[in-house]
Amino acid sequence: MGVVDSQTLKTIKNKQKRQQLFAQLKHEHNTTRHKERQARAREERDNPELKEKRLAENIPDTIDSKRVYDETVNVDMEGEDNFDSYFEDGQEPKVLITTNANAKRPAYEFSAMMCEILPNSTFVKRQRKYTIKDMAEYCSNRDFTDLIVINEDKKVVNGITFVHLPEGPTFYFSITSLVERKKITGHGQPTGHVPELVLNNFTTRLGQSVSRLFQSLFPHKPEFEGRQVVTLHNQRDYIFFRMHRYIFRNEEKVGLQELGPQFTLKLRRIQKGIRQDIDWEYKPELEKDKRKFYL
Amino acid sequence: MSDDLIWKVISKQFCSFQIRPHQSQNNQDFCRNEYNVTGLCDRRSCPLANAQYATVKQVDGKLYLYMKTVERSHTPKNLWQRIKLSKDFTKALKQIDENLLYWNDFNINKCKQRFTRLKQVQITERRMALREERGEVSERNYVGVKHKVKKREEKRERKALAAARIEKSIEKELLDRLKSGAYGDKPLNVDDKIWKKVLGKMEDEDQENELEDEEEFDSDEDVQLDSDDEGSGEIEYVEADEDEEDEMVDMEDLEKWLGKDSDDESDSDDEDDDEEPEVKPKKIKTKRARIEVEYEEEPMTNIAN
Repeated sequence: MGVVDSQTLKTIKNKQKRQQLFAQLKHEHNTTRHKERQARAREERDNPELKEKRLAENIPDTIDSKRVYDETVNVDMEGEDNFDSYFEDGQEPKVLITTNANAKRPAYEFSAMMCEILPNSTFVKRQRKYTIKDMAEYCSNRDFTDLIVINEDKKVVNGITFVHLPEGPTFYFSITSLVERKKITGHGQPTGHVPELVLNNFTTRLGQSVSRLFQSLFPHKPEFEGRQVVTLHNQRDYIFFRMHRYIFRNEEKVGLQELGPQFTLKLRRIQKGIRQDIDWEYKPELEKDKRKFYL
Repeated sequence: MSDDLIWKVISKQFCSFQIRPHQSQNNQDFCRNEYNVTGLCDRRSCPLANAQYATVKQVDGKLYLYMKTVERSHTPKNLWQRIKLSKDFTKALKQIDENLLYWNDFNINKCKQRFTRLKQVQITERRMALREERGEVSERNYVGVKHKVKKREEKRERKALAAARIEKSIEKELLDRLKSGAYGDKPLNVDDKIWKKVLGKMEDEDQENELEDEEEFDSDEDVQLDSDDEGSGEIEYVEADEDEEDEMVDMEDLEKWLGKDSDDESDSDDEDDDEEPEVKPKKIKTKRARIEVEYEEEPMTNIAN
């Protein structure tokens, strides 16, 4: 019996026969598909315009392209924030890193890593009696521009607070999928140079202020001879942190070597001042529509 | 009812207190009867299938030894006899020993174990309450996260990571920066040959735009001038190091200052406070120093490779 079409397949009552015929049908479908693809590839090899045309016409829909309209996307920033001292006055950042009270080893390892990444940063061990507000006050007296508090629970680093000094705002991010440097295969060792910064996809007003926060943590002038780049890539409100060393192999190709660590940030809360009124807060309801993004 | 009969029903048929965990490795069931002394579901620690049974319970912050015996089993109202245990740990243990005299070892040991654990929990609770009273409030915002939401976030993160194509976007961004001339006229991060090619392309574009040939010579001069500037860039590098030292000095100030603060407040805390902050920054200092030694040699070799 030859290959039947799918309609007659349904009328066959013998299950074994039906399965056998269905397998034949599927095989035939696959072979024709492959032949078509080969023929198309051959055709496109001869004149590449066809391929370009096909690719231009055939753009798949993604969640990102079907994003719910947000009026602040790709609009110049309106309103003021407190990062002017960095952007307008050209103040160099000076960062203090600390942990939650009673932190355990992973928190210290993570803060050592942050010290390496952020140029001009210092670590101080947290004391229980000082609240973040106290620390913010001390730090702004000492000309620190940012305070970073790393949070760890049950020996897992799971949160990070950025307090911009002297007047806020305060950002709280959750940290997930942390991969340390030594777990990354083929990783390199970072040099002490000031890295470049790549901030991708921060489009909305909220996203812009987040990207300004990250930018204000790094000095104005990167040291290009280090060829190091820190990336904060925002995709669907998840901010992926990566650090690489790059090399331009030719004018079209770039080689990347991962320096680590990798982790993912997710914005949970923005507060005015130093942990005062809540400006924006993540709630699970906000994410019901999976095409709505806030950064 | 005899104990064996009850146990037969519980083990073979049904017990509403029994919990069967999803994947228990040694087929161990649990019990949620509040009188159970171990929390396990087995013959010896079942409070229903043992006419003679003892346990320790916490009622309103006080610890009691609960005992039931066969003689009172016909009066459920008076089934459990309870004895308040002393706040003194060793005294309480002695009380258990005295009251469970001639009972079997299992009951005595398990009661002591449960008592010890409950005592530990009480101590922790008290310590936390005291800490809150002293004003050392934990600064955490506790937010409940539903399992479903957690799973959803994990899934979306995974998919976002796949959609992001991070390495590609980084490469694209870097090439854009190179081609738009963001790295200056004589960049330190590009091989000379490649830079010349890129520069050639850029100049071609310029020519197309402006149609001026003489520009080339000017731009060459510019390059030379800028190379001088790069020399001054190296000097800046040293300055950055000095900044670092300044910052260290500042840190010491901060430590001193923090130390002074603790002087005012209490003497007992002093030793800890002074020791702790000093240790950590020192470690990081050494790390910093190591990094500085590296970068003098590394970049060039890496480029070659």
